[in-house]
Amino acid sequence: MSVELPADTDAVQTPEEIADLLGDLVIGREEHLNAPGFVIKPDTVVDALRRLRDQAGFDHLSCVTAEEYEDRYESIYHLTSYDDRTQEVSIVVPADKENPVSQSANEVFRTADWHEREAYDLIGIEYDDHPDLRRILLPETWQGHPLGQSYDQDQPQVVPLREHQNPLLEDQKADNDSETMYLNIGPHHPATHGVLHIKTVLDGEQVVDLEPDIGYLHRCEEQMCQNSTYRYQIMPYPDRWDYISAGLLNEWAYARTAEELADIEVPEYAQIIRTMGAELCRMAAHFLALGTFALDIYGDFTALFMYSIRDREKVQNILEELTGQRLMFNYFRLGGVVWDLPEPREEFFEMTRDFLDDLPTALEEYHDMMTSNEILQVRTVDTGVLPPEVAKSYGATGPVARGSGIDYDVRRDDPYGYYENLDWDVVTEDGCDNFSRLLVRMREVEESAKIVEQCIDLLEDWPEDERNIQSNVPRTIKPDDDTEIYKAVEGAKGELGIYIRSDGTEKPGRFKIRSPCFSNLQTLPEMSNGEYVPDAIASLGSLDIVLGEVDR
Amino acid sequence: MSSDNQQPFVTDSSKVGTETREARLSGQDNRFNSRLREAFGSSPFILTKFDKFMNWVRGSSMFMLQFGIACCSIEMMHTYAVKHDLDRFGAGVPRASPRQADVIIIPGTIVSKFAPRMKRVYDQMPEPKFVIGMGSCTISGGPFQEGYNVVKGAEEVIPVDIHVPGCPPRPEALIYGVAKLQERIANGESSPVTVKPYELEEFGDLERDEIVDQLAQEIDVEDLVMRYNWADSP
Repeated sequence: MSVELPADTDAVQTPEEIADLLGDLVIGREEHLNAPGFVIKPDTVVDALRRLRDQAGFDHLSCVTAEEYEDRYESIYHLTSYDDRTQEVSIVVPADKENPVSQSANEVFRTADWHEREAYDLIGIEYDDHPDLRRILLPETWQGHPLGQSYDQDQPQVVPLREHQNPLLEDQKADNDSETMYLNIGPHHPATHGVLHIKTVLDGEQVVDLEPDIGYLHRCEEQMCQNSTYRYQIMPYPDRWDYISAGLLNEWAYARTAEELADIEVPEYAQIIRTMGAELCRMAAHFLALGTFALDIYGDFTALFMYSIRDREKVQNILEELTGQRLMFNYFRLGGVVWDLPEPREEFFEMTRDFLDDLPTALEEYHDMMTSNEILQVRTVDTGVLPPEVAKSYGATGPVARGSGIDYDVRRDDPYGYYENLDWDVVTEDGCDNFSRLLVRMREVEESAKIVEQCIDLLEDWPEDERNIQSNVPRTIKPDDDTEIYKAVEGAKGELGIYIRSDGTEKPGRFKIRSPCFSNLQTLPEMSNGEYVPDAIASLGSLDIVLGEVDR
Repeated sequence: MSSDNQQPFVTDSSKVGTETREARLSGQDNRFNSRLREAFGSSPFILTKFDKFMNWVRGSSMFMLQFGIACCSIEMMHTYAVKHDLDRFGAGVPRASPRQADVIIIPGTIVSKFAPRMKRVYDQMPEPKFVIGMGSCTISGGPFQEGYNVVKGAEEVIPVDIHVPGCPPRPEALIYGVAKLQERIANGESSPVTVKPYELEEFGDLERDEIVDQLAQEIDVEDLVMRYNWADSP
């Protein structure tokens, strides 16, 4: 190891050091499989999180999980660090059963804003000092909190279709000189990449206020997983979170969490297949991001969009050979993958190699038509600027964070699968603008290709009698009662994490999904305020959100 | 009509010989010659019913609404794009505005917050309009049927002409569905509405019960609302 460590680098924090730092705030201890847990009082959340952020380097609020127990409500703040992903701590905040109120963490981490709104919406915990505690996923007139214990799913609900009000209308009356215009973008709009509604207020052509309104695709993914068994029934659902061909990446998030929870080994050979499949998925997802970005920026439906679909078709063909499906693969199993590479193997390798060989030419085309296109440069360079500190505060990850120069990638920082044995780089760009995020994605495609190529080399030479695709896994998986775990992988859009609390049965007691897009989308107002409308659209495109994952 | 007419009325057009026809077929003015012309013979007219003609026109040129909801919209994009190229069948012009579209493909899960918006988009399309339900979610709610927030199929909200099953259907399946719909339109067939859909109605018109009383403070009597009776859902 190098002896010239920077002076301010904190050594690894032991649980005792964290306990000392939090001092008398701690009223109890818990042990989560991934991290030590500290129980604190509901009115000391800000104090505790600020100490951890400023003095122990826990600058990444990855997720907020809320749940209801028989005797209490609980919010768990999963903290980690952008510099060292393996450092994790859970702050557990119990709240009163009768009157569940907890302090908001919004003051320390701005990403807590949406996470706590979601907790309020689905579980029913109220957060003190929260700037804007409203429902976020369900309609504003919804009755009850569906993931709470006393919810009756059969009760009728009434959902209004109203005209939206200009939120700045009140201010306008005070000042007669300026006039603002309210503009609805979505929920049915070609540039919103699905069913996103953006409430925009314009002053002339400039955005003065912008608020993403989500929940138009909230299809109860967490409830579905809580109603399914670990062994087989949950696995098909992850495919449908980030459905832009990123299926295997999502499946891996569940596989990794559940395997760690139930202590299941994965054979090395299966890990290589997983790594290869996952990177192919990443490429397919990034291709679509490029294609739709071009479509958003300069309406390129005829060339670039078609090119990207062409390349996606190639990847999908490979994945179909591998998994039997074009889009919803359901290929991973706990403890491995469902079947081996297709026979004849040589043909599969050749097919994949052909695709990889064509890739440099294809990427050159992309660069010719996108990055060196003057229109695109004018629209993307220095627009939608997201400074790294802001990105961190909002919990941005994936290409969005890496486009802001944050060197953070779960694949490298908290290694899983076969990534640590392969030769590849984490791509970062320092521009912090829409163009950087685009460049990051294009360069990540190259890195993914490098990984796939190495995996194929390994698979080709793998001895025939050692092709073990699944370890021995019991037919029914029942992790111990009250075991909690939060684990993440690097999905196509960023850190995709899953929290599971087992309740001793073969179904999870609480299943919480940390979606990268949910956090990334929160940065949109920061990037767009003061910019022109088309630049706001460009920023949205550069975030590359997928609503299935935002709303879950 | 006398029996010694020089030119008897014959229905088989190939037996009718006229100078005009000879001239056309012999290539004096090639612009007008085509296989179609050959088939029609000398007569430049087609006799058909206007309705039938309109049905044929409708089925042969369908403007699709560019409407993405969930996973299926990814396969829908692939259907429009290279390789599958839905435009080959005269149905591949995605329009961004519902006011210019004939067909709406519903590609994904419909949830309670979105159903009123989708109904509004559907209402904005000019008649005659057709609906393709793509994927299992539009049939029954699909894998999410048991969700607290999921509408159990598109037919709870709008009438659907053709269902394409699958999760998601392959592009080939969607093309087959579109082709089937075109065939039905050309034949003038329409689909019956099989369930009574949820309607957008004024809040004041709802029957008063517990939930309506609870919401009376929050919702104006004139606001349009959609009321979900989850207990009665299929």
